[in-house]
Amino acid sequence: MSVMLEAARQIRLVPALQAKGAMIVAGGTLAVAELNYGQGADGTLIILDRLGLDRIAVVGKKATFGAMVTMAEIARDRRLKFLHPVCNSIGGPAVRAMATIGGNLFAPAPYGDMAASLLALDAEITIHDGKSAKKYPIEVFFRQRKKLERCLVVSVSFTLPASGSFRYSKAVRRKPVSASVVTIAALLPRRGGKVVGARIALGAMGSHAIRAYKAEAALEGRSLDSATIAAAAAQIAEDASPADDAYASAWYRRQVVPIHLARLLAA
Amino acid sequence: MTKVAVQFTLNDEEQNEFVDSGSTLLAVLRGKLGLYSTKAGCHQGSCGACTVIIDGEPRLSCLTLAQRCTGRKITTIEGLTRDGALHPLQQAFMEGFAAQCGFCTPGMILAAKSLLDRNQSPSRDDVIDAISGNICRCTGYEPIIAAVLAAAEQMRAEMKKSA
Repeated sequence: MSVMLEAARQIRLVPALQAKGAMIVAGGTLAVAELNYGQGADGTLIILDRLGLDRIAVVGKKATFGAMVTMAEIARDRRLKFLHPVCNSIGGPAVRAMATIGGNLFAPAPYGDMAASLLALDAEITIHDGKSAKKYPIEVFFRQRKKLERCLVVSVSFTLPASGSFRYSKAVRRKPVSASVVTIAALLPRRGGKVVGARIALGAMGSHAIRAYKAEAALEGRSLDSATIAAAAAQIAEDASPADDAYASAWYRRQVVPIHLARLLAA
Repeated sequence: MTKVAVQFTLNDEEQNEFVDSGSTLLAVLRGKLGLYSTKAGCHQGSCGACTVIIDGEPRLSCLTLAQRCTGRKITTIEGLTRDGALHPLQQAFMEGFAAQCGFCTPGMILAAKSLLDRNQSPSRDDVIDAISGNICRCTGYEPIIAAVLAAAEQMRAEMKKSA
């Protein structure tokens, strides 16, 4: 194995290094694990520790996370209590102390629980391609994720949800934490008791986090009564394409996701 | 293989080493410094056997690049014993039969220590969360949870006595 570490000194210089084959290491929970198993074992690793990407900003109703913000840092931030269950469902404390927001966006299924939550929150991803910074809606980011691996994720922003409108559930094989069987993050804004503008995101139900558009449509303009919940649950797997892995089969994931959605909506 | 210089504090002692570029902290601890208590398990962050404490937080040494440790304070289980006396966590694990094969024990104890360092009166759920990234395949988790709670109680009693 021949690996060189290079500490990036400017954001704009990172994509050029990536174009030459260098690999970004953020928290290390994905990239170093790959190195340990002989993948990408030759070349340059870029570390981002000196770029100031480790800050959390909450200004008015907008939150912005630098790409190097860790799950542990979010879990300690009292302004972000609604995200604490998400952070605390990821790995153990050691993983949370290392795993970053930027890395989670690239985590393959069944990982990426924070990415699913950011999808429900309609986050915006700021990326630098070496020439300029560009903002991508998170859904566009996921569609272009392979291509965007050659750019640097700088930050993630989203509007703080109204109190009680964000819900999260993660089914695992080993409590309290393990990789996901099914992850559900739901933003359920309500007006006059009716759901308006629901966003339901699923983790471990596709190669990356996905929206459950049909289930969202089943909720739109309705109150969360048992009939509405049953209708949404019946649609929840329609947009999904889960895989078999060590944690669950695709068949099992399809079977249990309606149950977990119904429980989440009825909570 | 290119060698690079790293400097860090390990168990309260300064370390200056030349290590292979790209090597993990786990590889340096075991392969270069001979500290075999830090166990090499899954190498992918799933088992917690390689847990150490870096700047007060539990970290997985198998996923931590040694070069990123420059200037940091690292604790392995070798650093817990003082003048031959076991740390209360080590004592409680021994007395409570919380170790069987012992492979997970250093990681478990360091994960627990990082909890007790910031929370002297943890709940059972706090303990379960603290060791949630550490897998044991011998004892089951009950004796481990009980040992951590017993150590916390012992540490509180010692603090009260010395106050």
